[in-house]
Amino acid sequence: MTPQLIVFFVLAALAVLGAVTLIAARHPIHSALALIVVMVALAGLYLLQGAEFVAAVQIIVYGGAIMVLFVFVIMLLNAGEEERTSLSRIARVAGIPLALALSGFLAAAVLRSSHAAAQAPVTAASTRGLSMLLFREFVFPFELTSFLILVAILGALVLAQREN
Amino acid sequence: MTDIINILRQHSFLVIALVKCGLLLFILLTVLAYLSLFERKVLAHIQSRWGPYRVGPHGLLQPLADGLKFLFKEDPMPAGVDRFVFLLAPFLSLALALTSLAVIPFGPQPLRFSILGTQYETSLGIVDLNIGLLVLFAITALGVYGVALAGWASNSKYPLLGGLRSSAQMMSYELALTMSVVGVILMAGSFNLREIVTAQEGRMFFGLLPRWNVIAGPFPQIIGFFCYFVAAIAETNRAPFDLPEAESELVAGFNTEYASFKFAMFFMGEYANMITVSCLATIMFFGGWTSPFPSAWSWTHFIPSALLAVLGVLLLIDGIRYETILGKLVLPGVGTALCALSALLLFFAPVNNYIQGPFWFLLKVFIFIFFYVWMRGTLPRFRYDQLMAIGWKILLPLSIANVLLTSLGILKWGLR
Amino acid sequence: MAETTQNGAGQAGSGSAPHTLLGADELILNMGPQHPSTHGVLRVKLKLDGERVAGSECVIGYLHRGVEKIAEHRSYQQFAPYVDRMDYVAAVSNGLGYCEAVEKLMGVEAPPRAKVIRTLLTELQRIASHLLWLATHALDIGALTPLFYCFREREEILKILEKYCGARLTTHAFRIGGLQYDAYDTMEKDVERFCADFLKRIVEYEDLLTGNRIWLGRTKGVGVLSGEDAIAMGVTGPVLRASGVQWDIRKAMPYAAYDQFEFDIPIGKNGDTFDRYVVRMEEMRQSVRICRQAIGKIPAGPILAKVGKVLKPPVGEVYHAIEAPKGELGYYIVSDGTVQPYRVRIRPPSFVNLQAFDKMARGHLVADVVAIIGTLDIVLGEVDR
Repeated sequence: MTPQLIVFFVLAALAVLGAVTLIAARHPIHSALALIVVMVALAGLYLLQGAEFVAAVQIIVYGGAIMVLFVFVIMLLNAGEEERTSLSRIARVAGIPLALALSGFLAAAVLRSSHAAAQAPVTAASTRGLSMLLFREFVFPFELTSFLILVAILGALVLAQREN
Repeated sequence: MTDIINILRQHSFLVIALVKCGLLLFILLTVLAYLSLFERKVLAHIQSRWGPYRVGPHGLLQPLADGLKFLFKEDPMPAGVDRFVFLLAPFLSLALALTSLAVIPFGPQPLRFSILGTQYETSLGIVDLNIGLLVLFAITALGVYGVALAGWASNSKYPLLGGLRSSAQMMSYELALTMSVVGVILMAGSFNLREIVTAQEGRMFFGLLPRWNVIAGPFPQIIGFFCYFVAAIAETNRAPFDLPEAESELVAGFNTEYASFKFAMFFMGEYANMITVSCLATIMFFGGWTSPFPSAWSWTHFIPSALLAVLGVLLLIDGIRYETILGKLVLPGVGTALCALSALLLFFAPVNNYIQGPFWFLLKVFIFIFFYVWMRGTLPRFRYDQLMAIGWKILLPLSIANVLLTSLGILKWGLR
Repeated sequence: MAETTQNGAGQAGSGSAPHTLLGADELILNMGPQHPSTHGVLRVKLKLDGERVAGSECVIGYLHRGVEKIAEHRSYQQFAPYVDRMDYVAAVSNGLGYCEAVEKLMGVEAPPRAKVIRTLLTELQRIASHLLWLATHALDIGALTPLFYCFREREEILKILEKYCGARLTTHAFRIGGLQYDAYDTMEKDVERFCADFLKRIVEYEDLLTGNRIWLGRTKGVGVLSGEDAIAMGVTGPVLRASGVQWDIRKAMPYAAYDQFEFDIPIGKNGDTFDRYVVRMEEMRQSVRICRQAIGKIPAGPILAKVGKVLKPPVGEVYHAIEAPKGELGYYIVSDGTVQPYRVRIRPPSFVNLQAFDKMARGHLVADVVAIIGTLDIVLGEVDR
């Protein structure tokens, strides 16, 4: 057990724990908090991979900005605790097998590719490398994404306007 | 015994880091306590009154009394609160605020010392990260939760409004805060705080002016600094942006329901944040530990000792004339100690040279903190919508313009 | 977030069915009776949409002491100290109004010397009251420092009052028919020194506030009250004058010695919080002007008209109003010929001015509510009596 591995397992456990709490928690704020834990744990995992920039941005953008927005809206709506309901029939029939299948696929994929991924050189880790990738190689998809987000913002504005 | 020493030696890096953490924490908590006295004193003098002066000479023991009061006060838990979140919030506030100071470098030269014949070397500052600035912003970004969750968990209306205000406020200003430093990052080409300072070393205008980012080319970051400073005040919830805890409107905002040490934690968190953003302003725009004077002016090296000596003599004179016996004993004692320290610096040139960097750094930070207090004594409070308007309509466009202009400047003239 | 603040403006003003941003419930916020900025024990029930005020209701009476009822069981002299406890930051003005009302009822007139001293002290009290208003108003808006400056100057006035009659707050400075105490030896010198200092100090406050962008942003366009609305609701005092209505009882129906002095009535234009601020600041200057004129003009002579030990006004009724710092302070006294009034009805300016609160606050933010309560300059002792 290298220290890295220990840290990895701790963070991974934290992430999984957070994700489970996110679903199981009855109060929206608790779910949001659990999601923040997941985000921060993921950032730690990135850091472990040597992707400092991505880790920091993960916390700043997801942990900071987006989740604050979530918390803000939950507080603004003054959302109360959820009622606990029994699983719906579709969920029982289709959901559980599907979830199992998905986890199986993921596990298989991870097991098969673990060696190849570990050997792959980390090009995108540094800030410089990342910007090279983003603004040179993938500049078109990058710009397209920002355009997409702009469209989404406009859509949200239109929807909000219609309410009034 | 030797085993333990051997183990310690093997893990000297870890041990030194831990000791540094402990030391910084100790100094920081003391400074936080005295910062509250400083603020009260300065505010008092702005408002033509004396401020605390009953506990100890010149109120010097007031922080201690305050601390004890916080510890021994009843710690009520209001009905219907979300216990976990209610307790988590102040903890988050303080812990994150203290953590953020870990990435701040306080001086240029590493500290060399030897224990039991082994040489050790360590930098001034706890960690030296390549992405120090980003880490700082990440921690600040998480700091919002302390306030927002406190407001929500209190199960009370004023705190809820305070929490809402703070989450909206911090979200808006974080954007401007982050954008405002991009210019500095471009000029330094690094997220490393140490490198950002190093990039500002040197002189310009025939050696008259320091090459600090705030005035130096290719594009002086004066706009960036303005945006940063305003956003930083808002981010730390200080006057005139102290809406989340606006006493006259929301009673005390998010911390209405908090008492005792939990309240003290918010309080300390706020002051720690104040120190952090002041440190950051110093590092990014005012050359960190670089002296404002040319290095050829060797007499400037005696400024720290001169300041100490003047302060010591003043304290000595004041102390002899002080009313209480404790004051007559303590104040001259402190004054003598300061004079002795000044003399020590005069006679030990290596020590004097070593403290130059930290001295300028701390002096600049101190000036910023004074500004903070000064503003609190002068300005009324913004209104919520005005605050949002400033954040989104003025600061953000300005800081984006600053990024553009800086990039163009770098393109045109290169990095100096 | 920008939307949060811009949205409800139009709809909240109409006060229609609860339709809030994101369909969230309206929040009912009880501001007070224990709240740092309700200036006492006012309780405001605010209906909030986010932070925007969709409606409000002032709940008063927490400080009700039945002052008017007490009057029916006290002799005319005995009741005089009670009026000091209504607007307790302007006790001298309250006393002036009461004493003059009873004098009018009895058909006596205070001697000229008493009248001038009364005017002088009342104007000093007006400055003190306005200073307290400025202090708390600025504090509500977040400016800490003016509070201490204003109290420093108010202290000087209170010292003069203390030297004159021994009390600082509830002074009971005047008696029916004139004065009990003559001006003390150095009073004129004290007042002159205060006036000279004060004119310099008032510049300090204006340095801190008048040109301050934040102050302007917090006060301009906030709590607008039109002249018609103000008249319709019976609002008086600086609040009315800031709405552009030139009405000051000191000029309109001179009492005491006001007809002997020259002074201007400052009026505002927009009727917003800033105008009320400007009007009150200017009123303080005008008060200083009156004080300075009074100093040289105190005539010699007796200070008390001939009134008996036992006051028995003839059967009848009287209404007498003065321009108190906060507006028209009126006393309606019915006498049945005995030593006790049959009925005393007091028209307190704060109570009437408070009616305008809802109109002024609708559509504004919580922070403005605080500014509006401050700008109305209410004293709960007077609202509740």
